[in-house]
Amino acid sequence: MITFMNNSDSEEEPCNERTSLMSAESPSVPSYQDGLQASEAGEAQAHRKRRTGSSRSPNNIADGEMSESGVPVRESTLENEEEELTLKYGAKHVIMLFVPVTLCMIVVVATIKSVRFYTEKNGQLIYTPFSEDTPSVGQRLLNSVLNTIIMISVIVVMTVFLVLLYKYRCYKFIHGWLILSSLMLLFLFTYIYLGEVLKTYNVAMDYPTLFLVIWNFGAVGMICIHWKGPLQLQQAYLIMISALMALVFIKYLPEWSAWVILGAISIYDLMAVLCPKGPLRMLVETAQERNEPIFPALIYSSAMMWTVGMAKPDTAARGPSQQTWDAAEDGRENHRSPSHGDSQMSETRSPVPTRPITSLEELEEEERGVKLGLGDFIFYSVLVGKAAATASGDWNTTLACFVAILIGLCLTLLLLAVFKKALPALPISITFGLVFYFSTDNLVRPFMDTLASHQLYI
Amino acid sequence: MTLAVFFGCTFIAFGPALGLFLFTIAHDPLRIIILIAGAFFWLVSLLLSSLIWFIAVKASNPQDEPLQKGLLIFGVMFSVLLQEAFRFLYYKLLRKAIEGLVALSEDGCSPISIQQMAYVAGVGFGLMSGAFSMINLLADALGPGIVGIHGDSQLYFLTSAFMTMVLIFLHTFWGILFFHGCEHRRWWEIMAVVVMHLAVSGSTFCNPLYVGSLVPSYLLMAAAAAWAYLLSGGSAQNLWRFLLCLRSGASPQPRS
Repeated sequence: MITFMNNSDSEEEPCNERTSLMSAESPSVPSYQDGLQASEAGEAQAHRKRRTGSSRSPNNIADGEMSESGVPVRESTLENEEEELTLKYGAKHVIMLFVPVTLCMIVVVATIKSVRFYTEKNGQLIYTPFSEDTPSVGQRLLNSVLNTIIMISVIVVMTVFLVLLYKYRCYKFIHGWLILSSLMLLFLFTYIYLGEVLKTYNVAMDYPTLFLVIWNFGAVGMICIHWKGPLQLQQAYLIMISALMALVFIKYLPEWSAWVILGAISIYDLMAVLCPKGPLRMLVETAQERNEPIFPALIYSSAMMWTVGMAKPDTAARGPSQQTWDAAEDGRENHRSPSHGDSQMSETRSPVPTRPITSLEELEEEERGVKLGLGDFIFYSVLVGKAAATASGDWNTTLACFVAILIGLCLTLLLLAVFKKALPALPISITFGLVFYFSTDNLVRPFMDTLASHQLYI
Repeated sequence: MTLAVFFGCTFIAFGPALGLFLFTIAHDPLRIIILIAGAFFWLVSLLLSSLIWFIAVKASNPQDEPLQKGLLIFGVMFSVLLQEAFRFLYYKLLRKAIEGLVALSEDGCSPISIQQMAYVAGVGFGLMSGAFSMINLLADALGPGIVGIHGDSQLYFLTSAFMTMVLIFLHTFWGILFFHGCEHRRWWEIMAVVVMHLAVSGSTFCNPLYVGSLVPSYLLMAAAAAWAYLLSGGSAQNLWRFLLCLRSGASPQPRS
């Protein structure tokens, strides 16, 4: 068990923390302009779409170039409209992320509260070798800090390894690694989870049925995540995968180590995404230079990119839309991959070829989504799950952590709309979550318990 | 106990709020965000008031019963005042947010009005307050046990559920009243909300004499409901028309 965990975790670690958040570029909608300028707008938009890589900066450069090419006024109005659209759709995108994060947390909390397997202490991961069974507080604290250091170093090493692999174009290796990881998650962990749930509810299931169920679940999952599939199904699989991973962490991380690791990972995430020499940032920049979507990684995408209603001749229209769809699928493939859950991945739109746009009615707005790394899902769920598991049976703590994480996510998305570049999604939410966990567990719980015993209401 | 009590109390306590959420808030992402932010503000106020109470309790003699009771009363009142203070802070935040939304919109008007925000903020406060009061009780109601076996009231779960429901409604109406008072600089409306809140919390000190806490709370809720309805543009005529299902182009909707 430990060795297996070894494998899966070694592939999972980097992805679990590559947690950044990136909003899709909002294209300007040419419907604002009148027809004769639509082609210029189309040009600008097509160029902008092509450059819609991971972050805003190359697009700013692109914008600058465009403005020299003779449409300066157009550019500024387009920029303004883009900004408006970005912020106007901000609320919708926030909800598009609230729902899956909430679902993942609900699955984890429901499992923790009902299946006792995930709260039993049954050994530790090889990444946290120091035990917390020591009698003295100081020793326990020291052990948890050492565990954290080891875990974070493993993650750093894995990330750097991944970035190097990507830099030297070892795509096959990366793909194989990712497929192996998702196989492990979809088959082995699901089998264990199903077994424990059946045990809890005392339901008998024979092996042929079990084999059929697991095989179908896993096979459809692999197809949906790595190839093509309905968006909702893919999202559902990603949520389930994140929940399974979070449950594994909740089970195998010792208590204090888990909290220290959560804190340390937020700090690491902050540095990896924002520092100029951070591995994530280098990864994104490399992808931008090559103008390609970052390889398959764990990313949850809330919407896919599609264009609707091209009135050009069918073949021409279908051509680009077909490519668009494939690009979207490629991008979605990129989303599921354990090793590099970096959600600053370039958007699926980068390989889209330019299309001349003839008239306004024919071009509809592209559905943009916000992307969130699966590592974010996992760590949010670990926090809430740990709160559910260890807060002395108190539901208020779980609820408080849940609200805190959602608000952190909201603030992060707000910052995203303001700064328009890839941002780490962990720091704010995890900070709020940790603050609220400890304060609710230690301060609010006695107060509410006393009030409840006297049936007082505030 | 078990499932029947659990589901019954859950739906008594949260059924109307769930209806409000599903029919008026769930379809608009901006309102959902305002709801959750309202819940967050309530949570922060609870946190601070718990901190004060905790410090006071730790600094005092735990054996002294009247002192502990006094500290509890102080804790409750302080918590109420802090909740209203945070409601005011939330009002300020939402005002700024409206200015931002207006600046960003294409036609110069915000997609959501301050009255709608007041309503949603009230529901947010109410839902969080109700959840914190009720969820642990519901979790306990699922398990085995006999209510009131030691001589306490046997209606504990039921009355808690009713109290939670009335509190959620009250928070909703208080939100509307409070924001209206802040908007139009009518301080007496704000004071009325604070006084009502203190009265409702104070009446719960009568528990388990439920007639002393539930009845006044429901009466206050009816009064607050009527007041909020009138402030939101409703009138007896509107209500009459609505009840008779009259369709008239001239009748303005009280609230969107």
